[in-house]
Amino acid sequence: MMPNINELKKKALWVRKETLEIYRITSDIRLASSLSPVEIFVALYYGKILKYNPKNTRWEGRDRFIISKPHGAVSLYPILADLGFFDKKELKRVCQKSSFLGSIPDAIVPGFETVNGALGHGLGVACGIALGLKKKNSHSKVFILSGDGELNEGAVWEAIMFASHHRLDNLILIIDNNKISMLDYCKNIIDLTPLEEKFRIFKWKVKTVNGHNIKEVYDSLKSLKEEKGNYPKVLIANTIKGKGVPQLENNPLCHIKSLKEDEIINVLKDYYEL
Amino acid sequence: MSSNQLKTMRDIFIDGVYEKMKKNKQIFFLSADFGAPALDKLRKDFKDRFINVGIAEQNLINIAAGLALENYIVYAFAIAPFMTMRTYEQIRQNLSISSQINPVNVNLIGVGTGLSYDLSGPSHHCLEDISIMRLLPNFIVFSPSDGKLVDEFVDYSIRIKKPKYLRFDSKPLPLLYDEIQDLNLENGFYELKKGKKICLVSTGYMTHTALRVAKKINDIGIVDAFILKPLNEKLLFKTLAKYDYVITIEEGFINNGGLDSLISKILHDNQSNVKLINRLGINDKHIFDLGERDYLHKLNNCDKESIIKIIRDINE
Repeated sequence: MMPNINELKKKALWVRKETLEIYRITSDIRLASSLSPVEIFVALYYGKILKYNPKNTRWEGRDRFIISKPHGAVSLYPILADLGFFDKKELKRVCQKSSFLGSIPDAIVPGFETVNGALGHGLGVACGIALGLKKKNSHSKVFILSGDGELNEGAVWEAIMFASHHRLDNLILIIDNNKISMLDYCKNIIDLTPLEEKFRIFKWKVKTVNGHNIKEVYDSLKSLKEEKGNYPKVLIANTIKGKGVPQLENNPLCHIKSLKEDEIINVLKDYYEL
Repeated sequence: MSSNQLKTMRDIFIDGVYEKMKKNKQIFFLSADFGAPALDKLRKDFKDRFINVGIAEQNLINIAAGLALENYIVYAFAIAPFMTMRTYEQIRQNLSISSQINPVNVNLIGVGTGLSYDLSGPSHHCLEDISIMRLLPNFIVFSPSDGKLVDEFVDYSIRIKKPKYLRFDSKPLPLLYDEIQDLNLENGFYELKKGKKICLVSTGYMTHTALRVAKKINDIGIVDAFILKPLNEKLLFKTLAKYDYVITIEEGFINNGGLDSLISKILHDNQSNVKLINRLGINDKHIFDLGERDYLHKLNNCDKESIIKIIRDINE
Protein backbone atom coordinates (compact mmCIF):
# COMPACT_ATOMS: atom_id res chain seq x y z
CA MET A 1 0.00 0.00 0.00
CA MET A 2 1.27 3.42 -0.97
CA PRO A 3 2.19 5.37 2.15
CA ASN A 4 0.85 8.86 2.74
CA ILE A 5 3.60 11.12 1.41
CA ASN A 6 2.59 13.99 3.68
CA GLU A 7 2.92 11.70 6.67
CA LEU A 8 6.41 10.70 5.53
CA LYS A 9 7.36 14.36 5.15
CA LYS A 10 6.20 15.00 8.71
CA LYS A 11 8.25 12.04 9.89
CA ALA A 12 11.36 13.42 8.18
CA LEU A 13 10.86 16.76 9.92
CA TRP A 14 10.40 14.96 13.22
CA VAL A 15 13.54 12.83 12.70
CA ARG A 16 15.63 15.97 12.07
CA LYS A 17 14.20 17.59 15.18
CA GLU A 18 14.98 14.52 17.28
CA THR A 19 18.49 14.36 15.83
CA LEU A 20 19.04 17.97 16.86
CA GLU A 21 17.76 17.09 20.31
CA ILE A 22 20.36 14.31 20.48
CA TYR A 23 22.99 16.84 19.44
CA ARG A 24 21.94 18.98 22.40
CA ILE A 25 22.78 16.02 24.64
CA THR A 26 26.06 15.26 22.92
CA SER A 27 27.95 17.29 20.34
CA ASP A 28 30.14 14.21 19.74
CA ILE A 29 27.77 12.97 17.04
CA ARG A 30 28.36 13.77 13.35
CA LEU A 31 25.31 15.96 12.93
CA ALA A 32 25.71 17.06 9.31
CA SER A 33 26.38 13.49 8.12
CA SER A 34 23.30 12.28 9.98
CA LEU A 35 21.00 14.90 8.45
CA SER A 36 21.58 14.04 4.79
CA PRO A 37 20.14 10.48 4.75
CA VAL A 38 16.96 11.25 6.74
CA GLU A 39 14.50 10.82 3.84
CA ILE A 40 16.24 7.53 2.93
CA PHE A 41 15.70 6.19 6.47
CA VAL A 42 12.11 7.43 6.56
CA ALA A 43 11.25 5.81 3.21
CA LEU A 44 12.88 2.52 4.22
CA TYR A 45 11.26 2.25 7.66
CA TYR A 46 8.01 4.29 7.66
CA GLY A 47 7.47 3.69 3.94
CA LYS A 48 7.85 -0.02 4.78
CA ILE A 49 10.30 -0.69 1.98
CA LEU A 50 12.21 -2.80 4.51
CA LYS A 51 10.82 -5.94 6.09
CA TYR A 52 11.78 -5.82 9.77
CA ASN A 53 10.71 -7.10 13.16
CA PRO A 54 11.65 -4.90 16.13
CA LYS A 55 10.90 -7.72 18.57
CA ASN A 56 13.10 -10.24 16.77
CA THR A 57 15.93 -8.35 15.13
CA ARG A 58 17.50 -11.59 13.84
CA TRP A 59 14.22 -12.72 12.22
CA GLU A 60 15.27 -14.79 9.19
CA GLY A 61 12.68 -13.19 6.91
CA ARG A 62 13.90 -9.63 7.46
CA ASP A 63 15.61 -7.53 4.82
CA ARG A 64 19.19 -6.81 5.81
CA PHE A 65 20.10 -3.14 6.06
CA ILE A 66 23.85 -2.61 6.22
CA ILE A 67 24.87 0.88 7.21
CA SER A 68 28.34 1.44 5.88
CA LYS A 69 28.49 5.06 7.10
CA PRO A 70 27.22 4.62 10.65
CA HIS A 71 28.58 7.99 11.80
CA GLY A 72 25.82 9.39 9.61
CA ALA A 73 23.13 7.17 11.07
CA VAL A 74 22.50 8.75 14.46
CA SER A 75 19.28 10.01 12.85
CA LEU A 76 18.17 6.39 12.70
CA TYR A 77 18.10 6.19 16.52
CA PRO A 78 14.78 8.04 16.89
CA ILE A 79 13.22 5.92 14.16
CA LEU A 80 14.34 2.62 15.72
CA ALA A 81 13.16 3.76 19.15
CA ASP A 82 9.82 4.91 17.73
CA LEU A 83 9.32 1.52 16.04
CA GLY A 84 10.11 -0.37 19.24
CA PHE A 85 13.62 -1.69 18.56
CA PHE A 86 14.59 -0.23 21.92
CA ASP A 87 13.12 2.01 24.62
CA LYS A 88 12.58 5.66 23.67
CA LYS A 89 14.09 6.67 27.00
CA GLU A 90 17.46 5.58 25.58
CA LEU A 91 17.41 8.57 23.21
CA LYS A 92 18.04 10.81 26.20
CA ARG A 93 21.21 8.88 27.00
CA VAL A 94 23.10 8.90 23.69
CA CYS A 95 26.85 8.89 24.39
CA GLN A 96 26.21 8.83 28.14
CA LYS A 97 27.91 6.37 30.47
CA SER A 98 26.56 2.81 30.08
CA SER A 99 24.32 3.70 27.12
CA PHE A 100 24.54 1.43 24.08
CA LEU A 101 23.87 4.33 21.72
CA GLY A 102 27.26 5.76 20.79
CA SER A 103 28.28 8.46 18.36
CA ILE A 104 28.97 5.68 15.84
CA PRO A 105 26.30 2.97 15.99
CA ASP A 106 27.52 -0.63 16.15
CA ALA A 107 25.81 -3.98 15.91
CA ILE A 108 25.14 -3.89 19.65
CA VAL A 109 22.32 -1.44 18.82
CA PRO A 110 19.15 -3.43 18.04
CA GLY A 111 18.44 -2.89 14.34
CA PHE A 112 22.07 -2.55 13.26
CA GLU A 113 23.39 -5.66 11.52
CA THR A 114 27.14 -5.12 11.32
CA VAL A 115 30.12 -3.31 12.81
CA ASN A 116 31.00 -0.55 10.36
CA GLY A 117 32.84 2.33 11.99
CA ALA A 118 35.78 2.03 9.61
CA LEU A 119 34.58 3.04 6.16
CA GLY A 120 34.49 1.02 2.98
CA HIS A 121 33.58 -2.38 4.45
CA GLY A 122 29.79 -2.39 4.30
CA LEU A 123 29.34 -3.26 0.65
CA GLY A 124 31.77 -6.21 0.77
CA VAL A 125 30.11 -7.72 3.85
CA ALA A 126 26.72 -7.06 2.24
CA CYS A 127 27.85 -9.00 -0.85
CA GLY A 128 28.63 -11.98 1.40
CA ILE A 129 25.22 -11.68 3.03
CA ALA A 130 23.51 -11.37 -0.37
CA LEU A 131 25.33 -14.45 -1.63
CA GLY A 132 24.29 -16.39 1.48
CA LEU A 133 20.65 -15.33 1.08
CA LYS A 134 20.62 -16.41 -2.57
CA LYS A 135 22.04 -19.77 -1.58
CA LYS A 136 19.18 -20.17 0.91
CA ASN A 137 16.68 -19.17 -1.81
CA SER A 138 15.59 -16.39 0.51
CA HIS A 139 13.35 -13.58 -0.70
CA SER A 140 15.02 -11.11 1.66
CA LYS A 141 16.95 -8.23 0.11
CA VAL A 142 20.12 -6.52 1.21
CA PHE A 143 20.12 -2.72 1.36
CA ILE A 144 23.33 -0.82 2.00
CA LEU A 145 23.75 2.83 2.87
CA SER A 146 27.10 4.20 1.81
CA GLY A 147 28.56 7.67 1.72
CA ASP A 148 30.01 9.17 -1.43
CA GLY A 149 33.32 10.07 0.23
CA GLU A 150 33.54 6.45 1.30
CA LEU A 151 33.81 5.46 -2.37
CA ASN A 152 37.47 6.55 -2.20
CA GLU A 153 38.19 3.32 -0.31
CA GLY A 154 39.61 0.68 -2.67
CA ALA A 155 37.83 -2.22 -0.98
CA VAL A 156 34.50 -0.71 -2.09
CA TRP A 157 35.48 -1.24 -5.72
CA GLU A 158 36.52 -4.83 -5.05
CA ALA A 159 32.96 -5.33 -3.85
CA ILE A 160 31.40 -3.36 -6.75
CA MET A 161 33.13 -5.71 -9.19
CA PHE A 162 32.19 -8.77 -7.15
CA ALA A 163 28.50 -7.84 -6.93
CA SER A 164 27.99 -7.57 -10.67
CA HIS A 165 30.15 -10.57 -11.55
CA HIS A 166 28.09 -12.70 -9.17
CA ARG A 167 24.82 -11.09 -10.36
CA LEU A 168 23.68 -10.16 -6.88
CA ASP A 169 20.22 -8.99 -7.90
CA ASN A 170 19.09 -9.05 -4.27
CA LEU A 171 21.44 -6.20 -3.41
CA ILE A 172 20.49 -2.51 -3.44
CA LEU A 173 23.16 0.05 -2.67
CA ILE A 174 22.02 3.53 -1.66
CA ILE A 175 24.61 6.27 -1.93
CA ASP A 176 24.00 9.26 0.29
CA ASN A 177 25.58 11.56 -2.27
CA ASN A 178 26.04 14.60 -0.03
CA LYS A 179 29.18 15.63 -1.92
CA ILE A 180 31.20 16.69 1.09
CA SER A 181 33.64 14.63 3.13
CA MET A 182 35.55 15.78 6.19
CA LEU A 183 37.77 18.52 4.82
CA ASP A 184 36.31 19.59 1.51
CA TYR A 185 33.92 18.95 -1.35
CA CYS A 186 34.50 15.41 -2.61
CA LYS A 187 35.06 16.67 -6.16
CA ASN A 188 38.10 18.64 -4.94
CA ILE A 189 39.58 15.55 -3.28
CA ILE A 190 38.85 12.70 -5.70
CA ASP A 191 36.43 13.67 -8.43
CA LEU A 192 34.17 10.67 -9.07
CA THR A 193 31.92 12.30 -11.63
CA PRO A 194 30.23 10.94 -13.62
CA LEU A 195 29.36 8.48 -10.87
CA GLU A 196 26.38 7.00 -12.73
CA GLU A 197 28.62 6.10 -15.64
CA LYS A 198 31.12 4.38 -13.39
CA PHE A 199 28.45 2.10 -11.96
CA ARG A 200 26.96 1.42 -15.41
CA ILE A 201 30.35 0.39 -16.76
CA PHE A 202 30.64 -1.98 -13.81
CA LYS A 203 27.30 -3.51 -14.93
CA TRP A 204 25.08 -2.11 -12.21
CA LYS A 205 21.56 -0.79 -12.69
CA VAL A 206 21.66 2.90 -11.73
CA LYS A 207 18.95 5.31 -10.65
CA THR A 208 19.47 8.87 -9.48
CA VAL A 209 17.05 10.87 -7.35
CA ASN A 210 16.75 14.01 -5.29
CA GLY A 211 17.46 12.43 -1.91
CA HIS A 212 15.28 14.93 -0.07
CA ASN A 213 12.20 14.37 -2.21
CA ILE A 214 10.57 11.67 -0.15
CA LYS A 215 8.23 10.56 -2.94
CA GLU A 216 11.09 10.15 -5.39
CA VAL A 217 13.16 8.27 -2.83
CA TYR A 218 10.24 6.01 -1.89
CA ASP A 219 9.21 5.28 -5.49
CA SER A 220 12.77 4.52 -6.59
CA LEU A 221 13.54 2.23 -3.69
CA LYS A 222 10.28 0.40 -4.18
CA SER A 223 10.83 -0.13 -7.89
CA LEU A 224 14.46 -1.15 -7.40
CA LYS A 225 13.41 -3.64 -4.77
CA GLU A 226 10.79 -5.18 -7.03
CA GLU A 227 12.79 -5.07 -10.25
CA LYS A 228 13.95 -8.43 -11.53
CA GLY A 229 17.25 -8.62 -13.37
CA ASN A 230 20.60 -10.24 -13.22
CA TYR A 231 22.39 -7.25 -11.78
CA PRO A 232 22.92 -5.36 -8.55
CA LYS A 233 21.26 -1.96 -8.23
CA VAL A 234 22.38 1.40 -6.95
CA LEU A 235 20.32 4.42 -6.01
CA ILE A 236 22.34 7.61 -6.08
CA ALA A 237 20.48 9.95 -3.76
CA ASN A 238 21.64 13.53 -4.26
CA THR A 239 21.50 15.06 -0.82
CA ILE A 240 22.66 18.09 1.09
CA LYS A 241 25.03 17.50 3.95
CA GLY A 242 23.61 19.18 7.05
CA LYS A 243 20.11 19.39 5.47
CA GLY A 244 17.72 21.30 7.70
CA VAL A 245 20.34 23.36 9.54
CA PRO A 246 21.24 26.50 7.56
CA GLN A 247 24.63 26.91 9.26
CA LEU A 248 25.64 23.45 8.01
CA GLU A 249 24.01 23.16 4.60
CA ASN A 250 26.64 23.12 1.89
CA ASN A 251 29.35 24.34 4.20
CA PRO A 252 32.42 22.32 3.10
CA LEU A 253 33.53 22.05 6.72
CA CYS A 254 30.11 21.10 8.10
CA HIS A 255 31.42 17.65 9.10
CA ILE A 256 33.52 19.18 11.82
CA LYS A 257 31.66 22.42 12.49
CA SER A 258 30.13 22.57 15.93
CA LEU A 259 27.05 24.53 16.84
CA LYS A 260 26.46 26.32 20.10
CA GLU A 261 23.46 25.52 22.28
CA ASP A 262 21.71 28.80 21.44
CA GLU A 263 22.26 28.24 17.72
CA ILE A 264 20.58 24.84 17.97
CA ILE A 265 17.69 26.29 19.97
CA ASN A 266 17.19 28.98 17.36
CA VAL A 267 17.18 26.42 14.55
CA LEU A 268 14.66 24.33 16.47
CA LYS A 269 12.44 27.38 17.03
CA ASP A 270 12.70 28.66 13.48
CA TYR A 271 12.27 25.40 11.59
CA TYR A 272 11.02 22.71 13.94
CA GLU A 273 8.31 24.44 15.96
CA LEU A 274 10.03 24.07 19.31
CA MET B 1 47.53 -41.25 7.65
CA SER B 2 50.65 -42.51 5.91
CA SER B 3 49.30 -41.15 2.63
CA ASN B 4 49.68 -37.71 4.23
CA GLN B 5 53.42 -38.25 4.59
CA LEU B 6 54.33 -36.23 1.50
CA LYS B 7 51.35 -33.94 1.35
CA THR B 8 51.40 -30.25 2.20
CA MET B 9 49.33 -28.92 5.09
CA ARG B 10 47.01 -27.13 2.67
CA ASP B 11 46.28 -30.32 0.72
CA ILE B 12 45.64 -32.33 3.88
CA PHE B 13 43.31 -29.66 5.24
CA ILE B 14 41.46 -29.10 1.96
CA ASP B 15 40.94 -32.87 1.58
CA GLY B 16 39.40 -32.86 5.05
CA VAL B 17 37.15 -29.90 4.28
CA TYR B 18 36.17 -31.55 0.97
CA GLU B 19 34.85 -34.58 2.86
CA LYS B 20 32.88 -32.29 5.20
CA MET B 21 31.42 -30.33 2.27
CA LYS B 22 29.92 -33.53 0.87
CA LYS B 23 27.59 -33.80 3.87
CA ASN B 24 27.46 -30.27 5.23
CA LYS B 25 25.81 -27.86 2.80
CA GLN B 26 26.56 -24.93 5.12
CA ILE B 27 30.21 -24.78 4.12
CA PHE B 28 31.67 -22.24 1.68
CA PHE B 29 35.27 -22.25 0.48
CA LEU B 30 36.66 -18.94 -0.83
CA SER B 31 40.01 -18.27 -2.41
CA ALA B 32 41.81 -15.09 -3.44
CA ASP B 33 42.94 -16.71 -6.69
CA PHE B 34 45.25 -19.03 -4.80
CA GLY B 35 45.37 -22.76 -5.42
CA ALA B 36 46.50 -26.16 -4.23
CA PRO B 37 46.40 -29.56 -5.92
CA ALA B 38 43.62 -30.67 -3.55
CA LEU B 39 41.61 -27.57 -4.38
CA ASP B 40 41.10 -28.60 -8.02
CA LYS B 41 38.71 -31.35 -7.00
CA LEU B 42 36.89 -29.15 -4.51
CA ARG B 43 36.26 -26.33 -6.95
CA LYS B 44 35.08 -28.75 -9.60
CA ASP B 45 32.71 -30.71 -7.34
CA PHE B 46 31.32 -27.79 -5.32
CA LYS B 47 30.97 -25.12 -7.99
CA ASP B 48 28.21 -23.33 -6.08
CA ARG B 49 30.10 -23.22 -2.79
CA PHE B 50 33.59 -22.52 -4.04
CA ILE B 51 34.21 -18.90 -4.95
CA ASN B 52 37.36 -17.38 -6.32
CA VAL B 53 36.96 -13.74 -5.31
CA GLY B 54 39.95 -12.72 -7.42
CA ILE B 55 43.14 -11.05 -6.29
CA ALA B 56 41.20 -9.13 -3.69
CA GLU B 57 42.08 -10.25 -0.18
CA GLN B 58 40.19 -7.41 1.51
CA ASN B 59 37.02 -8.47 -0.23
CA LEU B 60 37.83 -12.11 0.57
CA ILE B 61 37.49 -11.32 4.26
CA ASN B 62 34.38 -9.20 3.82
CA ILE B 63 32.56 -11.80 1.71
CA ALA B 64 33.53 -14.44 4.28
CA ALA B 65 32.22 -12.25 7.11
CA GLY B 66 28.91 -11.68 5.31
CA LEU B 67 28.40 -15.39 4.66
CA ALA B 68 29.26 -16.18 8.28
CA LEU B 69 26.63 -13.68 9.47
CA GLU B 70 24.14 -15.80 7.50
CA ASN B 71 25.34 -18.80 9.55
CA TYR B 72 27.60 -20.39 6.97
CA ILE B 73 30.91 -21.99 7.91
CA VAL B 74 33.52 -20.29 5.78
CA TYR B 75 37.07 -21.16 4.76
CA ALA B 76 39.11 -18.40 3.15
CA PHE B 77 42.35 -19.25 1.39
CA ALA B 78 45.25 -16.98 0.46
CA ILE B 79 49.01 -16.50 0.77
CA ALA B 80 49.76 -15.89 4.45
CA PRO B 81 51.25 -12.35 4.41
CA PHE B 82 48.44 -11.04 2.21
CA MET B 83 45.79 -12.92 4.17
CA THR B 84 46.85 -11.25 7.39
CA MET B 85 48.49 -7.94 6.60
CA ARG B 86 46.68 -6.75 3.47
CA THR B 87 43.44 -7.27 5.31
CA TYR B 88 44.11 -6.42 8.92
CA GLU B 89 41.32 -3.89 9.23
CA GLN B 90 38.79 -6.17 7.53
CA ILE B 91 39.83 -8.91 9.95
CA ARG B 92 39.70 -6.60 12.94
CA GLN B 93 36.33 -5.02 12.23
CA ASN B 94 34.37 -7.76 10.49
CA LEU B 95 35.73 -10.82 12.30
CA SER B 96 37.38 -9.90 15.60
CA ILE B 97 34.99 -7.12 16.71
CA SER B 98 31.91 -8.52 14.97
CA SER B 99 32.30 -11.99 16.49
CA GLN B 100 31.96 -10.51 19.95
CA ILE B 101 28.34 -9.71 19.04
CA ASN B 102 27.30 -12.53 16.69
CA PRO B 103 28.99 -15.91 16.14
CA VAL B 104 31.27 -15.82 13.11
CA ASN B 105 32.84 -19.08 11.95
CA VAL B 106 35.47 -17.92 9.48
CA ASN B 107 38.67 -19.90 9.05
CA LEU B 108 41.50 -17.96 7.46
CA ILE B 109 43.98 -20.33 5.87
CA GLY B 110 47.27 -18.53 5.28
CA VAL B 111 49.79 -20.54 3.30
CA GLY B 112 53.50 -19.79 3.32
CA THR B 113 54.18 -18.66 6.86
CA GLY B 114 57.64 -17.74 8.08
CA LEU B 115 60.20 -18.21 5.35
CA SER B 116 58.27 -20.88 3.43
CA TYR B 117 58.70 -18.71 0.36
CA ASP B 118 62.42 -18.46 0.98
CA LEU B 119 63.33 -17.32 -2.53
CA SER B 120 60.54 -14.79 -3.03
CA GLY B 121 61.93 -11.99 -0.90
CA PRO B 122 60.53 -10.03 2.04
CA SER B 123 57.16 -9.19 0.43
CA HIS B 124 56.34 -12.91 0.58
CA HIS B 125 57.98 -13.67 3.92
CA CYS B 126 55.49 -13.83 6.77
CA LEU B 127 57.31 -13.07 10.00
CA GLU B 128 54.74 -10.86 11.73
CA ASP B 129 51.63 -13.05 11.67
CA ILE B 130 52.03 -14.74 15.06
CA SER B 131 52.27 -11.39 16.84
CA ILE B 132 49.53 -9.55 15.00
CA MET B 133 47.00 -12.36 14.91
CA ARG B 134 47.52 -13.25 18.57
CA LEU B 135 46.70 -9.66 19.37
CA LEU B 136 43.12 -9.87 18.13
CA PRO B 137 40.43 -10.63 20.73
CA ASN B 138 38.12 -13.57 19.95
CA PHE B 139 40.62 -15.14 17.51
CA ILE B 140 42.07 -18.64 17.57
CA VAL B 141 45.60 -18.93 16.16
CA PHE B 142 46.66 -22.34 14.90
CA SER B 143 50.32 -22.91 14.03
CA PRO B 144 50.72 -26.62 13.25
CA SER B 145 53.97 -28.46 12.80
CA ASP B 146 52.58 -31.45 10.92
CA GLY B 147 49.77 -32.86 8.83
CA LYS B 148 48.22 -34.94 11.59
CA LEU B 149 47.47 -31.80 13.62
CA VAL B 150 46.09 -30.19 10.48
CA ASP B 151 43.81 -33.17 9.91
CA GLU B 152 42.60 -33.03 13.53
CA PHE B 153 41.83 -29.36 13.16
CA VAL B 154 39.17 -29.93 10.47
CA ASP B 155 36.52 -31.10 12.97
CA TYR B 156 37.55 -28.43 15.46
CA SER B 157 37.17 -25.70 12.82
CA ILE B 158 33.56 -26.68 12.24
CA ARG B 159 32.70 -27.18 15.90
CA ILE B 160 34.17 -23.94 17.29
CA LYS B 161 32.19 -21.00 15.94
CA LYS B 162 34.87 -18.36 16.15
CA PRO B 163 37.21 -16.65 13.74
CA LYS B 164 40.44 -18.58 13.32
CA TYR B 165 43.78 -18.07 11.66
CA LEU B 166 45.50 -21.20 10.36
CA ARG B 167 49.14 -20.58 9.52
CA PHE B 168 50.35 -23.30 7.17
CA ASP B 169 53.84 -23.99 5.94
CA SER B 170 53.95 -24.20 2.15
CA LYS B 171 56.32 -27.19 2.03
CA PRO B 172 55.47 -30.82 2.82
CA LEU B 173 56.81 -31.67 6.28
CA PRO B 174 57.33 -35.09 7.91
CA LEU B 175 54.55 -36.26 10.23
CA LEU B 176 55.29 -35.92 13.95
CA TYR B 177 52.03 -36.93 15.56
CA ASP B 178 51.15 -40.05 13.60
CA GLU B 179 51.93 -42.43 16.46
CA ILE B 180 50.81 -40.19 19.31
CA GLN B 181 47.67 -41.41 21.09
CA ASP B 182 47.20 -38.90 23.91
CA LEU B 183 47.02 -35.70 21.88
CA ASN B 184 44.55 -33.12 23.19
CA LEU B 185 44.28 -30.47 20.51
CA GLU B 186 42.69 -27.89 22.79
CA ASN B 187 45.66 -27.90 25.17
CA GLY B 188 47.45 -26.12 22.33
CA PHE B 189 50.81 -27.81 22.87
CA TYR B 190 52.43 -31.21 23.25
CA GLU B 191 55.68 -32.32 24.86
CA LEU B 192 57.11 -34.25 21.92
CA LYS B 193 60.22 -35.23 23.84
CA LYS B 194 60.76 -35.26 27.56
CA GLY B 195 64.17 -34.04 28.71
CA LYS B 196 66.17 -32.54 31.52
CA LYS B 197 67.47 -29.07 32.27
CA ILE B 198 66.82 -27.45 28.86
CA CYS B 199 63.52 -27.34 26.97
CA LEU B 200 63.10 -26.04 23.43
CA VAL B 201 59.65 -24.53 22.83
CA SER B 202 58.95 -24.16 19.15
CA THR B 203 56.10 -23.74 16.70
CA GLY B 204 55.44 -24.72 13.08
CA TYR B 205 58.43 -25.50 10.90
CA MET B 206 60.90 -24.79 13.71
CA THR B 207 59.70 -27.82 15.66
CA HIS B 208 61.38 -29.91 12.96
CA THR B 209 64.62 -27.97 13.53
CA ALA B 210 64.26 -28.55 17.28
CA LEU B 211 63.88 -32.29 16.70
CA ARG B 212 67.01 -32.30 14.54
CA VAL B 213 68.86 -30.60 17.39
CA ALA B 214 67.57 -33.25 19.80
CA LYS B 215 69.12 -35.96 17.66
CA LYS B 216 72.52 -34.44 18.49
CA ILE B 217 71.84 -33.50 22.10
CA ASN B 218 69.97 -36.29 23.84
CA ASP B 219 68.66 -34.92 27.08
CA ILE B 220 66.84 -31.77 25.92
CA GLY B 221 63.06 -31.56 26.01
CA ILE B 222 60.87 -30.41 23.13
CA VAL B 223 57.50 -28.73 23.43
CA ASP B 224 55.58 -28.04 20.24
CA ALA B 225 53.16 -25.12 20.63
CA PHE B 226 50.51 -25.46 17.92
CA ILE B 227 47.65 -23.31 19.16
CA LEU B 228 49.10 -19.96 20.14
CA LYS B 229 45.76 -18.54 21.25
CA PRO B 230 44.10 -19.72 23.39
CA LEU B 231 46.13 -22.53 24.96
CA ASN B 232 46.17 -24.28 28.31
CA GLU B 233 48.69 -21.98 29.98
CA LYS B 234 48.44 -23.68 33.33
CA LEU B 235 49.34 -27.06 31.90
CA LEU B 236 52.07 -25.58 29.74
CA PHE B 237 53.61 -23.98 32.81
CA LYS B 238 53.46 -27.27 34.65
CA THR B 239 55.33 -28.87 31.77
CA LEU B 240 57.98 -26.15 31.60
CA ALA B 241 58.43 -26.06 35.38
CA LYS B 242 60.30 -29.39 35.19
CA TYR B 243 63.16 -27.67 33.39
CA ASP B 244 65.79 -25.09 34.38
CA TYR B 245 66.05 -23.31 31.07
CA VAL B 246 63.70 -22.62 28.18
CA ILE B 247 64.68 -21.59 24.66
CA THR B 248 61.97 -20.45 22.25
CA ILE B 249 62.35 -20.97 18.51
CA GLU B 250 60.02 -19.46 15.93
CA GLU B 251 60.24 -18.49 12.29
CA GLY B 252 59.08 -14.99 13.01
CA PHE B 253 60.38 -11.69 14.37
CA ILE B 254 61.54 -12.13 17.96
CA ASN B 255 61.00 -9.84 20.99
CA ASN B 256 57.80 -8.40 19.54
CA GLY B 257 54.79 -10.40 20.61
CA GLY B 258 55.46 -13.80 19.09
CA LEU B 259 55.91 -17.22 20.68
CA ASP B 260 58.75 -15.82 22.82
CA SER B 261 56.44 -13.21 24.35
CA LEU B 262 53.82 -15.85 25.06
CA ILE B 263 56.29 -18.11 26.89
CA SER B 264 57.88 -15.18 28.69
CA LYS B 265 54.46 -14.11 29.96
CA ILE B 266 53.58 -17.60 31.18
CA LEU B 267 56.87 -17.93 33.09
CA HIS B 268 56.60 -14.43 34.50
CA ASP B 269 52.97 -14.79 35.62
CA ASN B 270 53.84 -17.96 37.49
CA GLN B 271 56.84 -16.35 39.21
CA SER B 272 58.82 -19.22 37.89
CA ASN B 273 62.46 -20.01 38.54
CA VAL B 274 62.63 -21.43 35.03
CA LYS B 275 64.70 -19.07 32.95
CA LEU B 276 63.81 -18.09 29.39
CA ILE B 277 67.45 -18.01 28.42
CA ASN B 278 67.22 -17.47 24.69
CA ARG B 279 64.63 -16.28 22.19
CA LEU B 280 65.53 -17.58 18.77
CA GLY B 281 63.96 -16.49 15.53
CA ILE B 282 64.30 -13.70 13.03
CA ASN B 283 66.05 -10.50 14.09
CA ASP B 284 64.47 -7.10 13.66
CA LYS B 285 65.34 -6.76 9.95
CA HIS B 286 63.68 -7.81 6.71
CA ILE B 287 65.60 -10.42 4.77
CA PHE B 288 66.74 -9.69 1.21
CA ASP B 289 69.37 -12.45 1.23
CA LEU B 290 68.57 -15.30 -1.08
CA GLY B 291 69.21 -18.88 -0.21
CA GLU B 292 67.66 -22.01 1.19
CA ARG B 293 65.62 -21.71 4.32
CA ASP B 294 68.34 -23.18 6.54
CA TYR B 295 70.80 -20.62 5.20
CA LEU B 296 68.41 -17.79 6.11
CA HIS B 297 68.05 -19.34 9.55
CA LYS B 298 71.83 -19.46 9.90
CA LEU B 299 72.00 -15.73 9.17
CA ASN B 300 69.60 -15.27 12.08
CA ASN B 301 71.29 -17.67 14.46
CA CYS B 302 68.39 -20.11 14.54
CA ASP B 303 69.57 -22.97 12.33
CA LYS B 304 70.35 -26.40 13.77
CA GLU B 305 74.09 -25.80 14.18
CA SER B 306 73.64 -22.43 15.88
CA ILE B 307 71.12 -23.87 18.31
CA ILE B 308 73.41 -26.81 19.13
CA LYS B 309 76.22 -24.34 19.89
CA ILE B 310 73.94 -22.24 22.11
CA ILE B 311 72.89 -25.33 24.08
CA ARG B 312 76.47 -26.58 24.44
CA ASP B 313 77.48 -23.15 25.78
CA ILE B 314 74.73 -23.33 28.39
CA ASN B 315 75.74 -26.85 29.37
CA GLU B 316 79.31 -25.75 29.88
